[in-house]
Amino acid sequence: MTLSFNAETFRDDYTFANSPEAIRAFPFPFERDDYTYTVNIEQHVPGPVQSATEFPIHIDEHYVAEMHDRAITLSQDPLRCQSLPHMMTAEWDLLELLMTSMATHYPETFTLTRDGDGWHWMNRPLGLDQHFTFGDASTLPHGPMEYVTRQCQGDFCLLDQRDDNLWMDAGMVTTQADWSLDFDLGMNFMEWHAPVPLAHDLGIFDRALKFLLNLQQGRPVRRLNWTMTVNPRLDTSPENYHRWGIDKASVTPANVGDKVHLRVELQALWRLPRSNAIVFSIRCYLIKMDELVTQKKWARRFHRVLASLPQPIADYKGLARFRDTTVAWLSRHDDGLPTSPGFAPD
Amino acid sequence: MQPSPIKSRPLYGTLVPVRQATRHIAIAEGEGASAVTEAFRGHDALSRTIILFSPAPRSTDCQQETLLASLACEALHVASGVEDLLAELVTTLSAATMGTRLYVSGSEDFIGRVTSEALHQGIDADAIQAEHRGAPTRRVQCVHCKGFTDGVSASPAPCAHCGLHLLVRDHYSRRLGAFMGVCIDAEAPGEIPPAETFGA
Amino acid sequence: MSGGVQFPVRVIETEALSPTVKRLRLARRDGQALPPYSAGAHTVLTLDGGTRLIRNAYSLLGSTLSGGAAYEVAVLRSPQSRGGSAFIHDHLTVGTDLSLSAPINLFPLNRTARRHILVAGGIGITPIAAMASELAALGLPFELHYAMRDIASGAFAAELAAQHGDRLHLYVSERQERLSVRDILARQPLGTHLYVCGPERMIEGVMAHARIAGWPESALHAERFLAPEGGEPFALRLARSGISTVVAEHETLLEAIEAAGVDAPYLCRGGACGQCETRVLVADGDLLHADHYLTDSQKSCGQTIMTCVSRLRGRELVLDL
Repeated sequence: MTLSFNAETFRDDYTFANSPEAIRAFPFPFERDDYTYTVNIEQHVPGPVQSATEFPIHIDEHYVAEMHDRAITLSQDPLRCQSLPHMMTAEWDLLELLMTSMATHYPETFTLTRDGDGWHWMNRPLGLDQHFTFGDASTLPHGPMEYVTRQCQGDFCLLDQRDDNLWMDAGMVTTQADWSLDFDLGMNFMEWHAPVPLAHDLGIFDRALKFLLNLQQGRPVRRLNWTMTVNPRLDTSPENYHRWGIDKASVTPANVGDKVHLRVELQALWRLPRSNAIVFSIRCYLIKMDELVTQKKWARRFHRVLASLPQPIADYKGLARFRDTTVAWLSRHDDGLPTSPGFAPD
Repeated sequence: MQPSPIKSRPLYGTLVPVRQATRHIAIAEGEGASAVTEAFRGHDALSRTIILFSPAPRSTDCQQETLLASLACEALHVASGVEDLLAELVTTLSAATMGTRLYVSGSEDFIGRVTSEALHQGIDADAIQAEHRGAPTRRVQCVHCKGFTDGVSASPAPCAHCGLHLLVRDHYSRRLGAFMGVCIDAEAPGEIPPAETFGA
Repeated sequence: MSGGVQFPVRVIETEALSPTVKRLRLARRDGQALPPYSAGAHTVLTLDGGTRLIRNAYSLLGSTLSGGAAYEVAVLRSPQSRGGSAFIHDHLTVGTDLSLSAPINLFPLNRTARRHILVAGGIGITPIAAMASELAALGLPFELHYAMRDIASGAFAAELAAQHGDRLHLYVSERQERLSVRDILARQPLGTHLYVCGPERMIEGVMAHARIAGWPESALHAERFLAPEGGEPFALRLARSGISTVVAEHETLLEAIEAAGVDAPYLCRGGACGQCETRVLVADGDLLHADHYLTDSQKSCGQTIMTCVSRLRGRELVLDL
């Protein structure tokens, strides 16, 4: 299957849109009609054909535009990509994981040829052809993590494991839901989750950490997380919050369908072989309300979830200013009929 | 002591010299000198203890310095300000060996800056103790311009560099030695709630 | 499932490194490559011991860090062995089929350290030598201290000397050479980390010295692998599966659970990782906790047990499995 790529933007004129195929592949995150907080970790095994989880690393029609948007963000703020000095081995592990997965599952788009440490990488949509020596950073135009993540959709954090904890010691983070890699760099698992309300007291992070410390090679896991964004903006960073925060006040009953987006993160974690580090990938999917309600089941269910969301969670997710307007708009698409089990559209 | 409701913020305790340490380095600013004095007075660790001290900003009081001098430790170094003190700390740590313990006391800003520098010099986090003394001010990093503002006593507070009004988030970075400051009126420009001072 | 990814492998080479240590070279039966791993990692070998399945954990050697064609492990014939290592020495030959788990690292290098002091005693050299290989390849500063009874039992000594030159320090007790922990620990710069693997008594000794010298806990690392010991037999009931069985004298709790056909969780089989923690419903007798995972207070509560190394002294144990 040859991928085709949209010409679209995630800033200024915001021309981003999903094709009908992309809508059906959207990783809708709600399995029930009301809100429940769960860690919901499952094995990252292949999902249905043409879904977001069909392959370990998902490349879709937004690939070229997202990579272009990442390049703009990095040119304005290089601190979005950082790596502490002891993370070089983990960077190579990440490069290997991403290149082998992309080349295996999208062979018409990416090609990797390995001859010992001599590697040859071809990225057709971005027009790149690179010979390099695996393990020798001087043979690449950027560090290995930056090089490969400028060519792969999703944010990536490299977590070092020591002292029975995980440490966020490297990352490429340009499509984040309001957290700062520059601020969180060097923090341990409990520290970088500090701003999340309620979950600490429930012991959720203690259990999650214990689970991840024993994450095994060859057994990646995933979970879905979600929030909402006004305008299809990938860079909802705290760094630029003084620029995009104002957008939240721009939602009116007339523009909900076009402006308000459900933002889903497909988060996956892999144990890396040489470094014993963990890579935490956070792939962001956006869908505007007009697109979401093309799937009747999702329209009904999202209306019910959003209406039942506890206020502290709505505040933490930054939805306070436009939740009510959105719920009212969605109510027109909810006829009260029961929804079928599972995440998939009917 | 109550556990910190801010999970990323360090807990500060009371300085207690670790008996088996081969070398003790105590570093204090202003009222922090009292914590060092209380912890080390009469302790047999004093012969292996270096004390680095700087008076509180704009203080002309020599009482703290006299108190520290009376301890008769191996060496007492008094600096004129935090910058000089940190430079002295770097020199001392660069020659230090494993078995060295570091004790820090002063305002939270000061503890943050010293800890961040000491970790940078390679000391293990669990070889550092900190005791908070003085006003509950915070060091804040503006997430927008990345500038640091010292001695912040309330939130929101203006960024000393870019002037944005910052909400001081309950989120602390040991690497930066600072709390995160985020623009408070981004969604409604000009709507700035009254500042609330920090508790201890 | 519970033990993680398994690779079917075959013994392609064996070598007696000393009268009691045998090196095995293992390659995948399907000819595919084995993944790279980090120094300090181990693998769990699963082999058919005739009347029972033998599952033992072994450190992966530094010679195969980059994975690929084969993995190597070194097996000491243990006098206290419940049969696993003796079986490997006596029955494993070139061509024997077995399986191994994906590498698991419970004894990793701390990559933020500025200098690494590696200390090994006897067969404890296996993860320590892998660490030396990795540090040498990364060009990071380290010193390697290796204590052994006699030269004959010092598997790897010559190879390590060739590889690491004067960074290797050998101590042969037969020659009255003693490893002085005190001297090793003195004058190490800030940011130095210490790693020890060897007999339990040696680990305790080195750790005690380091603490006396004021080293902080986070700088101290030891491989806490335990060879599970046998004990008195006891009755075992698995409440959820509705199975009753007996844990025999030379069998571990985990082995008895597996023999009963229940797929119970495990990773290290050495009391270190916590994966096999299982809820105790009823214990008619005393729980003998042998692991390094549960805290003392958790052990005295007796709500859970690590099935890989711990057992019951008493009549019957009922588990939530």
